[in-house]
Amino acid sequence: MSVNALKIENLKKTYRNGTVALHGVNLDVMEGDFFALLGPNGAGKSTTISIISSLTNKTTGKVQVFGHDIDQDPATARSMIGLVPQEFNFNIFEPVIEILINQAGFYGISRKVATRRAEKYLRKLELWDKRFDMAKELSGGMKRRLMIARALVHEPKLLILDEPTAGVDIEIRHSMWTFMREINASGTTIILTTHYLEEAESLCNHIAIIDKGVTIEHTSMRTLLDRLRVETFVLYLEEPLSEAPICGDYPLKLVDSNTLEVGVAHSQTLNEFFHLLSERNIQVLSMRNKTNRLEQLFVTMMRDGNAENYSGVQA
Amino acid sequence: MNFSQQLIAFNTIMVKEYLRFIRIWVQTIIPPVITMALYFVIFGQLIGSQIGDIDGYRYMDYIVPGLILMAVITNSYSNVVSSFFSAKFQKNIEEMIISPLPNYIILAGYISGGVARGVTVGITVTVVSMFFSDFQIHSLGITLAVFVLTSILFSIAGLINAAYARSFDDITIIPTFVLTPLTYLGGIFYSIKMLPVFCQTFSMANPIMYMINAFRYGLLGVSDIDVTTALVIIVAFIIILFTLALSLLNKGVGIKP
Repeated sequence: MSVNALKIENLKKTYRNGTVALHGVNLDVMEGDFFALLGPNGAGKSTTISIISSLTNKTTGKVQVFGHDIDQDPATARSMIGLVPQEFNFNIFEPVIEILINQAGFYGISRKVATRRAEKYLRKLELWDKRFDMAKELSGGMKRRLMIARALVHEPKLLILDEPTAGVDIEIRHSMWTFMREINASGTTIILTTHYLEEAESLCNHIAIIDKGVTIEHTSMRTLLDRLRVETFVLYLEEPLSEAPICGDYPLKLVDSNTLEVGVAHSQTLNEFFHLLSERNIQVLSMRNKTNRLEQLFVTMMRDGNAENYSGVQA
Repeated sequence: MNFSQQLIAFNTIMVKEYLRFIRIWVQTIIPPVITMALYFVIFGQLIGSQIGDIDGYRYMDYIVPGLILMAVITNSYSNVVSSFFSAKFQKNIEEMIISPLPNYIILAGYISGGVARGVTVGITVTVVSMFFSDFQIHSLGITLAVFVLTSILFSIAGLINAAYARSFDDITIIPTFVLTPLTYLGGIFYSIKMLPVFCQTFSMANPIMYMINAFRYGLLGVSDIDVTTALVIIVAFIIILFTLALSLLNKGVGIKP
């Protein structure tokens, strides 16, 4: 019988000042999954992650990591988690390699093994040349990668990434995506929070959305995206048009003389639409989605305030 | 974590803490040595030469044990209070909290760092004191026991201060308004027998007085109080403060919201 990588039941958190951060979060993350945990700022994502990784005391509820309760068997549960927090939390006055070796030491890993692993992950994350530099001397992107390397040095079964690509340039972000896919493919379960919804859509298989301290959605990425009834595409035309043509039931809008927007429902196909355009001698140079699909769903869900009201959303 | 893993973890914290203060030796080792050297010159040599013997020792020789122990107390305390608070402030304490490390290993690791600095500074000050005083060690066992136990005690006290502290001001209040007065009034520069009876009674409530006298006994063989009582009091304080510090870590006071 397979055990969930993470199981959270009715997790509640009220801070000492009376602020209620979590009203009852429920989550199930399967072993080997790449899981997106999304929500607007202040929704409770980071509080949830902090509780899972023992950085914050929960008020009530149950958290199990690979079947190990964080209250009853905290050491085993913690040994299975690697955390990349949102904020930089390493000693900026320590050399990069020392940060990794020390972190491994806290997990009881000998210096010899720790040094070998530090080299492995620093090379993978392109930080090997910086290994003797003080952490304060690294750029923002390098610091993010250092935190990923540090989270992996004890080779956890569950890696939690809290906005790992925030402030990272596009090239490094893509290389980090490749790396995260590799880590996931090697069997590590990953939970990702991000504000780049394109990132979540591209990487994750399952998704949970938290808002105001409760889980408002918990499903597979595909099921969620299937709820988009109409997808909007932007077409760039070879020849200018003076007005939007009429093409069957496809709603068309002329953005400018060479740009056309079309809404394609799930019941329709792009082939059929392109066939209609060809009949009208309209040549398309290129096309793209108007917005990221997950982003459109997310914005609508947050606007409408619950999960049921967004099934008719147009992207 | 099994025992050998815990040992690796403890060693990691100890080395990390040791390197931390050694890297900044100009800030951590040199200033207390200069301060103590000034005490030796001004109080010991210049003023001390005008003062008669105390308990059969030159004034210079009489104040050496107290001054060495003062350096041990302040450095053990300040090492842990600043290191633990900085780790809280920079949030790198989270590196330990998320790991399977038991809290007693975290506590022991920080104590080891405080003891390492206290002992390093204490030995350095002792070496400097030899230029001014030619004391002989009366009891090596008692000297070392008081030296290390006092260092342990004030390392724990530093961690408790850091756990409660919310700002850098908070880590200077206790050393300035509690530790320094108690140390100076603990009989570094005088024998409590020189005080009026009321003040002698008052001094008996000062735990640092017991440590200084026990250490003075170890070095010179003279003390205002019974040395066994002093050692029992030091160990009792260590047990009480260790229990308190561990309880703070277990509850996450100052480190977990």
